[in-house]
Amino acid sequence: MAKITFITSDNETITLEGTSGSVMALAVDNGIKGIDGDCGGVCSCATCHVHVLPEHVAKTGEASEIETDMLELDDDADKFSRLCCQLEISEALDGVVLRVAK
Amino acid sequence: MKKSEISCPFSEVRTNIGFGEMDDQNDPVTMLLRHKDVRKGAHDWKTFQSGSTPGRIVIPSEVNIRTTRQIPFEVDPPQHKSFRDILDPWFKRPLEEKYQAKLTAQISALVDEVLAMDSVDVISEFALKLQSRALTLLLNTAYDKSDLWISWGTHVFRSEGEALDGDKAAILYDYIDAEIDKAIANPGPDLYSVLLASEVDGTKLTKEEVKGVMILTFAGGRDTVINAVSNSLAYLADNPKSLERLREEPEIRNRAIEELIRYYAPLTQMGRVVTEDTTVCEHAIKADTRISLVWASANRDEKVFENANEVVLDRKMNPHLSFGFGTHNCLGATHARTIMKVLIEVLTAKVQSMEIISAEENIEELGEFKRKVGFHALQMKFNKK
Repeated sequence: MAKITFITSDNETITLEGTSGSVMALAVDNGIKGIDGDCGGVCSCATCHVHVLPEHVAKTGEASEIETDMLELDDDADKFSRLCCQLEISEALDGVVLRVAK
Repeated sequence: MKKSEISCPFSEVRTNIGFGEMDDQNDPVTMLLRHKDVRKGAHDWKTFQSGSTPGRIVIPSEVNIRTTRQIPFEVDPPQHKSFRDILDPWFKRPLEEKYQAKLTAQISALVDEVLAMDSVDVISEFALKLQSRALTLLLNTAYDKSDLWISWGTHVFRSEGEALDGDKAAILYDYIDAEIDKAIANPGPDLYSVLLASEVDGTKLTKEEVKGVMILTFAGGRDTVINAVSNSLAYLADNPKSLERLREEPEIRNRAIEELIRYYAPLTQMGRVVTEDTTVCEHAIKADTRISLVWASANRDEKVFENANEVVLDRKMNPHLSFGFGTHNCLGATHARTIMKVLIEVLTAKVQSMEIISAEENIEELGEFKRKVGFHALQMKFNKK
């Protein structure tokens, strides 16, 4: 069980719990504003962009090359950006805080 | 080679040169072929413009047969966002349960119909009907309107032997004009009325703007959806184990849909007009000429996709560009994905197997390249589960 916190663009803070699947799927299932997940999680649409709070980066690890390429062209991207369809829920993520980009 | 396979005609030029060239009615096009270049080109809307003369970014160019600007895809930022803000919520309705229930009822009835037949032409008797009927849901209009749209055939702008047919386009334009007038006289819950009541940047949409949105909705989602549906059916017929797998492993269906959409790239390319002198792959491109973003080539880029020329049904990383990329990504993508999702659900529930009886390929001639995009006709037999 991992607790995952989202901060939306209108500064609402929502904490969800998950055991498996991607963070994107958890967000979409719970209607987190700004995470659309149009492609269902195959790294094709970039509609699940989040910024990992700097103190939590160790929990998520680094983006893959394809993911980085995808984010490179996003105007709001920075070194803390991830596509949350590529974040698998596990104990390691427990306590992570993500700021929704859109 | 199986009938459902589509080879990539761009491979060699993509690897060795990076761009191709074609002439389109004396307005030449430089074709961007590499995944990275296509994505960068799509992203850079300032250098590669969509809001040029209406019809110029489409290939083959439609400048000679229309003056109406199609919205939002022939509008650039910042105005583009104002249109998308009103259109996006409407075009996301396919995510709603009740929308999907209606679509399931439509597709289920259609599959029952073809299961009862000895054989069926999937293009004219399945995909075209499916697309036209589903469009009544997207427009939120009466189901029986689809009968007329089906009678128009698979192409809105094209007829047999003629790439661009102004008379045929006029049928669609006159129809849309009349529907807009009806909605003005008698507003209802349909997309025409919603658009007529909408404001963009504080001003109500004009009739011409509403028409621009409606033309795009009719034309943009027609042959593309027909290609996606019919190519996917051909694939499932050619690869019987794949239907079985989708039946037994529902968790891979989403990946399978994205993969079929990658492999078949229902729209080969889309153009842009260059606003300033620039370069692609060290090749100079002059202002006021055209480039095209070749989605179909980017989707087969071996540098990005392992086994790019194979359908890998459960491909996990799939950054395909079949719905475009960036600002102008496909407005109808949610509707298209929902159609594919429901189609797979219904097929796995009702169909045991499918067989291809005969096929007539639809091959596009793009300068030095010839690309199969789908079929003109596809005779198939559906077997009941």
